[in-house]
Amino acid sequence: MIPELGHFALIVALALALAQVAIAFTGARTGNSALLATVRPAAIGQFVFVAGAFAALAYCFVTSDFSVLNVTQHSNSKLPVNYRFAATWGSHEGSILLWALMLATWTFLVAAVSRSLPERFVARVLGVMGLVSVGFLLFILITSNPFERLLPAAAEGEDLNPLLQDPGMVIHPPMLYMGYVGFSVAFAFSIAALLEGRLDAAWARWSRPWTLAAWCFLTVGICLGSAWAYYTLGWGGWWFWDPVENASFMPWLVGTALIHSLAVTEKRGTFRSWTVLLAIMAFSLSLVGTFLVRSGVLTSVHAFATDPRRGIFILLFLVLVVGGSLTLFAWRAPRVGLGSGFGAVSRESMLLANNVLLAVAMSAVLLGTLYPLFLDALGMGKISVGSPYFDAVFVPLMAPAIFLMAVGPVASWKRAALPELWVRLRWALGVSVVAALAVPFMRGKVTPMIVFGIWLGFWVITATCAQVIQRLHGSPQPTLGGKIAAQSRSWYGMVLAHLGIAIFILGVTLVKGYETERDLRMSPGDRVTLAGFDFAFKGTKQLPGPNYSVVQGEFEVSRGGKPERVLYPEKRTYPVSGQTMTWAAIDTGVTRDIYVSLGEPVGDGAWGVRVYHKPFVDWIWAGCFVMALGGLFALSDRRYRLRKQVTEAATPAAASASA
Amino acid sequence: MRRLAFVIPLVVFIALAIFLAVGLTRDPREVPSPFIGKPAPSFKLERLQEPTMAFGPAEMKGKVWMLNVWASWCVACREEHPVLVEFSKRNAVPIVGLNWKDTRESGLKWLDRFGNPYALSVFDGDGRVGIDYGVYGAPETFVIDRDGVIRYKQIGAITPEALDEKILPLLKSLGA
Amino acid sequence: MKRLAWTLLFAAGLAFGQASEIAHPDPAVEARLKALAEELRCLVCQNQTIADSNASLALDLRNEIREQVAQGKSDDEIRAYMVARYGDFVLYRPPWKSTTLLLWLGPFALLAVGAGVFAATVRRRKRESAGASESPAAERRTRAEVEALLED
Repeated sequence: MIPELGHFALIVALALALAQVAIAFTGARTGNSALLATVRPAAIGQFVFVAGAFAALAYCFVTSDFSVLNVTQHSNSKLPVNYRFAATWGSHEGSILLWALMLATWTFLVAAVSRSLPERFVARVLGVMGLVSVGFLLFILITSNPFERLLPAAAEGEDLNPLLQDPGMVIHPPMLYMGYVGFSVAFAFSIAALLEGRLDAAWARWSRPWTLAAWCFLTVGICLGSAWAYYTLGWGGWWFWDPVENASFMPWLVGTALIHSLAVTEKRGTFRSWTVLLAIMAFSLSLVGTFLVRSGVLTSVHAFATDPRRGIFILLFLVLVVGGSLTLFAWRAPRVGLGSGFGAVSRESMLLANNVLLAVAMSAVLLGTLYPLFLDALGMGKISVGSPYFDAVFVPLMAPAIFLMAVGPVASWKRAALPELWVRLRWALGVSVVAALAVPFMRGKVTPMIVFGIWLGFWVITATCAQVIQRLHGSPQPTLGGKIAAQSRSWYGMVLAHLGIAIFILGVTLVKGYETERDLRMSPGDRVTLAGFDFAFKGTKQLPGPNYSVVQGEFEVSRGGKPERVLYPEKRTYPVSGQTMTWAAIDTGVTRDIYVSLGEPVGDGAWGVRVYHKPFVDWIWAGCFVMALGGLFALSDRRYRLRKQVTEAATPAAASASA
Repeated sequence: MRRLAFVIPLVVFIALAIFLAVGLTRDPREVPSPFIGKPAPSFKLERLQEPTMAFGPAEMKGKVWMLNVWASWCVACREEHPVLVEFSKRNAVPIVGLNWKDTRESGLKWLDRFGNPYALSVFDGDGRVGIDYGVYGAPETFVIDRDGVIRYKQIGAITPEALDEKILPLLKSLGA
Repeated sequence: MKRLAWTLLFAAGLAFGQASEIAHPDPAVEARLKALAEELRCLVCQNQTIADSNASLALDLRNEIREQVAQGKSDDEIRAYMVARYGDFVLYRPPWKSTTLLLWLGPFALLAVGAGVFAATVRRRKRESAGASESPAAERRTRAEVEALLED
């Protein structure tokens, strides 16, 4: 009964989405207030039914209803309840329903929260989002129905892939999808603006919080995916430039350019066409990513089971949405006209450089990801493009952008003087160079890449500190507390986000430069030393688990003779799928991770063992979280809390000072 | 001129979409063989049924023949096998089997059970000869001409269609 | 140094490849094996290196590399061995060839294009900034319009 209700809810949602589209565009065109008043309820109704369908599927999973094919294929009654719930999105059908739910959620938020925006504009926005919803709901109903029945029902399920039986599975996909899909809002705002022929600072101000929110979610989503891969795959890697990873990274790169571009459009009224194009590109890349992951054109560990019919549908949808929006852009954007001018050295020009560099970096990732496909399609053979390529190409492209990231905030709008910039930043530069040379020397290993990475990370930190000091110093408030309170959250958001990137860069540089590992065979009683830590292998024992059986090893870790902790790496065998997974034991610390995993038993109680020391690896994810935190700060800036803005006697001068 | 610049994103996207569409017709996991048109690597392996006797591709010089990689644990090989058995009855070309990463016992049992289309089979237990031929899965089949040059590689099971459309015409053109 | 361990993270993982798949690993050989294997593709896997994969073919290829390293073969020779058998597909670092020129040079060509776009835009804006740009009064008016709009 519930599965049928869920299926029915999807059909109703599709009908409501169609209504939403029709009413929205008709209402916007004619200005009919009755129609315009119905758009929001239609959108909210659509959300209710998509949410209902999702709840129905989740219910089937949690109650282990094996008369539903999807549940049988991807779950098991012995699975702990949190993983039974997460298994709802553990398949193509379930995860595309999650996509639709996220889209419906953003639609709901736009419908509910944007009361102070012009009605016709909001109608167009909801109309565009409705079109996307129609596409996805049709896709689900025609090619990927998660409610398909299996009759007679199976007695037991085939179990969720053991790799996915992890807390990461519970949180990474929802976060990621909230981000991906969230760019549809910025996209819809852009299309609505193009349709209306109005692209101005007000429009940018409206778009910014939505884009920031999506960006925060995507940052966290990618970060979680990386951390999950790190502790899950057993050899300490955290980014593989896998096509699916790239599919999430490209929207992030463009999204980052977008938030900066929106800032310029809001403050200075320029970059309007750029901003619109970036908004279209960000969401287009989300859609392209969806295509790549589910169509079978690329091989990836993350790819879902494929079906050419699905690939064709998504491609058609892609052509309609992206082709349509780029056509609209080519037609309408030239009329928008240029905004105010700026000098060759100015904050605008640096932000323009930032836009260009991020777009080029994204194109490079796209080129590398799709190149094997290009060659194969042209019949020119098969090649592989992996980490060695991306690492070689991406870093040189991003480095200038990061360098500028520290300079931009210090430069004035419209016209900045190089000598002045030099005076403001020379100490910061000096300190960063010293650090770049000192740190590698102290650690005992100096390579050009390490020096460069440390310099870049420190440069961002020192230049940002210089910026903060100068800003507070120049603030008219009498006390330090007053000065700090006077700066906008938006500005603090920027500072935090930039520092987050610096932390990330330092983490990557230090771990890649200084990580060490030992790979050896150990019998109970054997010891091994790595990076000052002693590991004593105490042997293994067998244990039962909820839906797996365990062989658990015991390693006593000590430093200088003093025992510090005990690590318990495991080998888990999942009876239903017959797979054996390795669970590494990781001791996490601010300055390093220690990582122990068991390999294969080699007889007589001896095992193959891998021990890693990874300095500062957690700074990678800490940096990402700080970035996202910065985004959150920016999002909570007072200018977006509109009611407050109106009641405060906010003067335009005060508002523009918080640039 | 400036207006033209606004069309560029659309043009780039259309090109991309065309490639993606073509990509849907390709299989990204299929690895074509670099041996087409090159001499078949030589080897010397013990025969499966007569371990004291050896075999190498040099013995087939002057004949058109097929080398079929199979294993008892390979599910797709079982699907392919009836097609091979049928084909072998025509006595068009000799088929040499390469028992790949298997045990002799399982291999022999498998042939007993499902039929033996092979003129002979050689035993490649550790898969070294397989690596030399660029084998990455079973079943795979090579068509080798009179001069010992590999002319075609079938990746995966030989279906009746593949046999009729690709292999038989090739054999004919090689003068089999 | 005092460690601030927040949690002991346990993690699922595929049984990784080569933790001592041989009885007496030689660190120098294993180091070279690792460097080579991390750039070679496992043909039967879903986008993994032969260093990371547990597949039987990956294991065989790793052993093959081990032997060749021990025999004194150079990295280039070992890579050539792999490519001769499996084609360029097996290399994660695409080779320099006429077919991959666009791949390797593309990003830098794009950078050049980007630089061109940047220069052209800045030049145009410089001209504009000398001419019409919104006067402070006009800016205040636009702001007021916006506030009014936001008020309803």
